[in-house]
Amino acid sequence: MKEILINLEHCIGCKSCELACAVEHSESKNIFTAIFEDRLPVSRVYVEAGPEFNFPLQCRHCADAQCIKACIGGALWREAETGLVKHISEKCVGCWMCVMVCPFGSIVQDRKEQIALKCDRCPDREIPACVAACPTKAISLQEVPAYAKEKRKDYLANFLEV
Amino acid sequence: MTQNKFAQKSIDPATQTMLSRAEQEGIETAWNRLESQDPQCGFGLLGLCCRNCNMGPCRIDPFGNGPERGVCGATADTIVSRNLLRAIAAGAAAHSDHGRDIVEALLHAAKGDAPDYEIKDKEKLLSLARELNVPSEERSEKEIAADIAYKALDEFGTRKGNLDFVGRVPAQRKNRWSEAGILPRGIDREIVEIMHRTHIGVDTDYVNLILQGLRAALSDGWGGSMWATELSDVLFGTPTPQRGESNLGVLKEDEVNIVVHGHEPTLSEMIVQAARDPQMIELARSKGAKGINICGMCCTGNELLMRHGVPVAGNFLQQELAIVTGAVEAMVVDVQCIMPSLTDVAGCYHTKIISTSPKAKFPGAQHVAFDEEKALEIAGEIVRSAVENYPHRNEAKVLIPSEKMEFVAGFSVEAIVSALGGSLDPLLDAIKGGSIKGIAAIVGCNNPKIKHDYGHVALAEELISRDILVVETGCAAIASAKAGLLLPEAAAKAGSGLRAVCEALQIPPVLHMGSCVDISRILVVAAAIAKALDVDISDLPLAGAAPEWMSEKAVSIGAYVIGSGVFTVLGTVPPVLGSSNVAALLTEGANDVIGATFAVEEDPIKAAELMENHINDKRAQLGLS
Repeated sequence: MKEILINLEHCIGCKSCELACAVEHSESKNIFTAIFEDRLPVSRVYVEAGPEFNFPLQCRHCADAQCIKACIGGALWREAETGLVKHISEKCVGCWMCVMVCPFGSIVQDRKEQIALKCDRCPDREIPACVAACPTKAISLQEVPAYAKEKRKDYLANFLEV
Repeated sequence: MTQNKFAQKSIDPATQTMLSRAEQEGIETAWNRLESQDPQCGFGLLGLCCRNCNMGPCRIDPFGNGPERGVCGATADTIVSRNLLRAIAAGAAAHSDHGRDIVEALLHAAKGDAPDYEIKDKEKLLSLARELNVPSEERSEKEIAADIAYKALDEFGTRKGNLDFVGRVPAQRKNRWSEAGILPRGIDREIVEIMHRTHIGVDTDYVNLILQGLRAALSDGWGGSMWATELSDVLFGTPTPQRGESNLGVLKEDEVNIVVHGHEPTLSEMIVQAARDPQMIELARSKGAKGINICGMCCTGNELLMRHGVPVAGNFLQQELAIVTGAVEAMVVDVQCIMPSLTDVAGCYHTKIISTSPKAKFPGAQHVAFDEEKALEIAGEIVRSAVENYPHRNEAKVLIPSEKMEFVAGFSVEAIVSALGGSLDPLLDAIKGGSIKGIAAIVGCNNPKIKHDYGHVALAEELISRDILVVETGCAAIASAKAGLLLPEAAAKAGSGLRAVCEALQIPPVLHMGSCVDISRILVVAAAIAKALDVDISDLPLAGAAPEWMSEKAVSIGAYVIGSGVFTVLGTVPPVLGSSNVAALLTEGANDVIGATFAVEEDPIKAAELMENHINDKRAQLGLS
C-alpha cells in the first residue's frame, strides 16, 4: 500500500499543498471559483516550520489510530480495502476528542459546521492533490519499502563522503 | 489519435505538425513546460504573494485558514494591487523603452550620424510638427525631426503638466482623467512612481494604488507606445495595405531563411535592405541557395509586414517550432517575448540565434551588437553570417509544413482613412446606420493555457458574424492572418451589414493595424470617432479583448484600454482574484471613475456575447437602433 511520505530536506515551505488540498475539497475544485464559495474550503495539510525542517503534516492514517478509539460518534473508522482512516461528517458530534489524541495535530475544524475534518487521501484522484501540487516533490505517494530504500541509498552516499 | 493530441494544443495545422515533429525529436516546447509547471502556485495565481521586502516573502491565505496579513501588516487588497501595479510598470516600461529607442534612432538620423536611416514619411513629420508646435517654415526636415525627437525625449522625463498626446483625446475624457487624478504626466515618472508607491510602507490603499496603475498605463498607451508608432512611421513609412503570406509554410526549402523576431523595427528594416543587396544574393547562390528569405516573427514580423508585406512565419508560440523545421539559418532577435529556450532548441539544429540588443543577451547565442550609426553594415554582417550557415543545414532534418495563408495588412489610421475615401465619415455612417454595430479590438499574446490561436480566431469570427468590425494587432493579428481572416474574401464570413461595407470598400472584415505598440493606432481612431460625435470614448460602441494574453505588457495595455474608456474582456484570469475588493473595482467600480471595466471570459463565444451586449448598450445610449 502506498503512503504519503515526505522528503524533509525538499520542503521549501511554499504551502502549495495547503492551497491544493483546500481547492480539492471545495465545491468547484477550481481555485478561481473556490475563493468565492459560501463555505470556504479547508485544507487538511499544514506546513509547519520546525527548528531545522519544514514539514507538511497531514493524517498519517496510523495502523493503531488513537482517533478511532477516541471517537464516540463512530465517525472515524478504518476502510478495510484501503486501510485508510476515514471520517463520516454526518456522524461527527464535534467533541474534538480526536483532535486531542492525534499526536500530529492533523485533524482540523470545519468552522461553519463545527465538525472535524481530516485527510481523506483524495478519493476522486489517483494522486492526492498535495502530492501533485508539490513543486519540489517533497511530498510523495509511494510504498514504504521503496522510500526506505531511497533513504538507505542517501545515507550511504553521505556515509562515503564523510 | 496523435493528431488529436496536438489539435488540443493549437488550431493551426502547421503548429500541430511541428509539435508532433518536436515530440519525435525529443524537443521540449512551451506546452511541455506548462505541463511540468502544473499545478501552478495558488498564491501566485491569486496575486497573494508579496516579495517586496525582506521581512517576507509573505502570503495571504485566500481561504482564511492562515495569515490574513503580511509581516508589515499588508492585507490581500494591498498585496494584490501592489503586484498588479508592478506588472503594469514592467509592461509600460517595455513599450516605452522601445519607444525611446525609436526616438533616439530618429534623433541620430536627424543629426546625420545614422546615415542609413532617412525620413520616409515627410508628411507625417510635418503633421506631427504642427500638432506639437514645432516650427517648420524654412527649416530642413532634419531640423524639424531633431526638434520632434527632443520633444519626445521630454515626454519621458517630465518637465510639464501632462503628455502631449493627451491633446488627442476628447475633452470629456481628459476631464475624467483630471477628476480622477490620473492625467499622465511623464512616461518615466509614472513608472518610477509605481515603484516608489509599491515599496514597503508607502501606498497601501488599493483604490489609490490602482489609480496610479491606470495613470502609468495611460503614459504607455498615449505616450511610450504612441511615440513608438508615430516615429516609426516617420522613419520607416506609414503603413499602407500590403499583401503577404503567413505561417511556417513561408519558410523556403531552397533559400537562406532568416527569421527576425522581437519587437523593434530599427534593425529588421536594415536586415530587409541588406538581404536585397545583389552581392549578398550572389553569395547565397554561391552557397547553393536560390535566394535569401527574410521572415518575421511576433511584432518584428508585424512591423515588417505592415510596411513591406514581408512574410510572417508565425506568432509567439511558434518561435521554437520555426527552428524545429530545421530550415532556419538564423533567428535574429532584439527585445521582448523571445523565449530563453530558443538557444536550447537551436542547439539541436544548425540554426544560429543572433542577439542584437545590449538589453537582451542569451547564453548560447551569438551576439552582434546593433549600432544605429553603422546599421546597414551590421545588418549586412548578420545576413552574411546566416548565408554562410546555409551549407550546414541538414536536409534530413528539414520539415517545413505546407500551410501558408495570404493576408492583406498595413491598416494604419491613415490607410483606413484613405480606404474610406479620405475621411472617417463612411465608417461613422455605417455605424450610425447599423450595418456595422461597432468596433472590437482583439490584441495580445499567445498563452499555452489557451488553445493556440483558438482564442483569437474564434472570437474574431464570432464578432464579424455579428456585424462588428474587428481591428487587431500583435499575435492576435498573426493568428487571423493564418486563418485567412485578413483577406477581403473573408467578408463572406461576416454578417450581411459588415459584409456589404467590406465588399464596397474592398477591405477585410478584420483589419491588421500593426504591432503591440501600434494599439496606439486604435486609440487614435477611437479618439477621432469620439471627437467627431462629440462624445467620450466610453460612450462609443467599442470593445476590446485580449483572449490569449500572458505578458506584463498586456497588463499595461489592458489598463490603458479601460483607462481610455473601452470595456475589455480578458481570456486568461489576471492574478487579482485574491482580493475581492480589487476584483470588484476592476470589474465594476472602475465604471464610475473611467467609464469602463474588465471582464474575464475564457470561452471566445461567450466573450463575443459580452462584447456585443456592451456594444448594443452603448448604441442604445447614443440613440442608435
